[in-house]
Amino acid sequence: MLIAQQIMFLIAFAAAVYFFAKKAGFIRKNILLGRDVELNDRKDERLRNLILLAFGQKKMFRNPLVAVLHFFVYAGFIIINIEILEIILDGILGTHRLFAPLLVGLYTFLISAFEILAVTVIVGCAIFLARRNMIKLKRFMSRDLDGWPRSDANYILATEIILMLLFLTMNAADLALQAQGAEHYHTTGRFAVSGLLSPMFEGMSTGSLVAIERVCWWLHILGVLAFLNYLPYSKHLHIMLAFPNAWYTPLEPKGKMTNMPEIQREVLYAMQPELAANAPADAAVPKFGAKDVQDLTWKNLLDAYACTECGRCSAACPATQTGKKLSPRLIMMKTRDRSEELGAFIRNNKEGSTTDGKSLLRDYITEEELRACTSCNACVQECPVSINPLDIILQMRRHLVMEESSAPQEWNMMFSNIENNMAPWKFSPDDRDAWIQS
Amino acid sequence: MQVRTMADYMASGETPEILFWVGCAGSFDQRAQKITRAFASILDKTGVKFAILGKEEGCTGDPARRAGNEFLFQMMAYNNIQVLNGYGVKKIVTTCPHCFNTFKNEYPELGGSYEVMHHTTLLQQLIDEGKVRLKDGGGFKGKKITYHDSCYLGRANNIYEAPRKVLEVFDAELVEMKRCRSNGLCCGAGGAQMFKEEEKGTTRVNFERGREAVATGANVIAANCPFCMTMLTDGVKEQGREDDVKVLDIAELVAASME
Repeated sequence: MLIAQQIMFLIAFAAAVYFFAKKAGFIRKNILLGRDVELNDRKDERLRNLILLAFGQKKMFRNPLVAVLHFFVYAGFIIINIEILEIILDGILGTHRLFAPLLVGLYTFLISAFEILAVTVIVGCAIFLARRNMIKLKRFMSRDLDGWPRSDANYILATEIILMLLFLTMNAADLALQAQGAEHYHTTGRFAVSGLLSPMFEGMSTGSLVAIERVCWWLHILGVLAFLNYLPYSKHLHIMLAFPNAWYTPLEPKGKMTNMPEIQREVLYAMQPELAANAPADAAVPKFGAKDVQDLTWKNLLDAYACTECGRCSAACPATQTGKKLSPRLIMMKTRDRSEELGAFIRNNKEGSTTDGKSLLRDYITEEELRACTSCNACVQECPVSINPLDIILQMRRHLVMEESSAPQEWNMMFSNIENNMAPWKFSPDDRDAWIQS
Repeated sequence: MQVRTMADYMASGETPEILFWVGCAGSFDQRAQKITRAFASILDKTGVKFAILGKEEGCTGDPARRAGNEFLFQMMAYNNIQVLNGYGVKKIVTTCPHCFNTFKNEYPELGGSYEVMHHTTLLQQLIDEGKVRLKDGGGFKGKKITYHDSCYLGRANNIYEAPRKVLEVFDAELVEMKRCRSNGLCCGAGGAQMFKEEEKGTTRVNFERGREAVATGANVIAANCPFCMTMLTDGVKEQGREDDVKVLDIAELVAASME
């Protein structure tokens, strides 16, 4: 019997890890569809960002109450992984509470601490569910989330509550079994939360208690494994990608736009033609700006996969707030959707074609959205996981203007004024110092 | 007031302490010209040896770059850097946060490295050094002032305190808008929006900001950017409060209160 359980566990565990690894590999490839960019300098500053932003969740604390709740859920999730480790080892080895005899009193303390965290996770998730579904916070009600994204959030929160309840019930049944002196269930001492619940099970037979304990154990671990495989399809992937994203956060001031050396070179040759003679002749015609996900950087695509769809960016965006079509959250969600679509196309296309005739621009993101951005950096400031929607918008604007010559008439006038009069307005450059006299 | 150009200084064999980069708005926009004159008069009164480029100045290229026209930006940058380096400019002050941001963050990579200051930071320094002396409380007794953070000074470059420090010297009550500092709401002009019609929405960004500024009950909205100036002035007008709520640049506030 025990052997059968071990084999079943091993199969479930191996399958879960296999499918997760396969999907993770696809996501990695999808992210690497983006252009290469070097982002590994200044390691001490990056380490600082990783610790403050990802581990410390510094930016979440711009909204302290929510930050505390989120921290409960986060800490519960991270720390309970130690408990999961024991469950996995028990599953493979056919043991029960493997660590208990090794740690003795410390074990009771640790499990009690996990149980308290489990309660805080339940409280946190319950309040988050209420915020989404009863209080109806504006940024969760927005059209951005219509359909799957909204239910995705609810599934995650509900699953987390169920997993924690299973964990607590399992421990409560275990304590009741210990009280009955059931074989296999050695004493661990009373746990903080399940100790309060175990009296409910007092009158039950050993057989029923074992059944409850086993069912909870199996549902809990299968739930965790299923959840692991749900992650890559969900916004919940942020629990993993927030960490690399914090590490690769740009360290430059927010106002700095990325330079385009290829264009800088062109301008240099135009201004100093004598230098052009030394220019490498092999240079392929570069693409200017971004039309599709391959033209963005891998960091832009990592951003898209790290997005939690919390909507703080859009709630702070002046365009979104004044009813424009632009929503930075949607920019990120659409970028992710497009990466998924193109990634799947390339995988399934045996002839090796890397284009399906669609593009991020227009099939996903419209010109109107791109035009509405004031480059104010509010979205960048707000994002708790260091996503930069502005960078994507600006790269796509470059494509529109330089590859398609697509700009509003007023902008074209501004361009020609700058070019001819050295100012965005049509004044004579000779009047530039007229303010002294007037 | 005497304003000399870099060329004047060079001809007389002298070197100014600092280049005052006036910017396109500061040069041509009638409202912004007043800011330029106010700031130049402060520099003049405090004895700062400053120069302008005059006719040799050209747009930094910021709006072109943000609109997506990198070619044009690079061309403007190339020309400006040639001029600045030609005069051996070390230190620049500007009344425009967009020019400030471009010089500080974007020109170094293209060969133009300077010590760059926004005028509010320089004003704070001049006040700290005791060079700017104000008439009794600056004539703002019993008045309320609210400060609008421009995105390109605030979020883009993390300068939130210097302008507020300047305002503290006035004998006035300082009130904050609901969205201030890193939560500040854009005026609606950045990213080259100044130069085109806004996209369709439920309202305009500057109307939203104007409403918020007026709601503080302030008599003065202090700005630090010529584009914010235009947008906020329109926003206050939309509220029908242009007679009792003034939008003024921090340089204008200081200039009007100096001994």
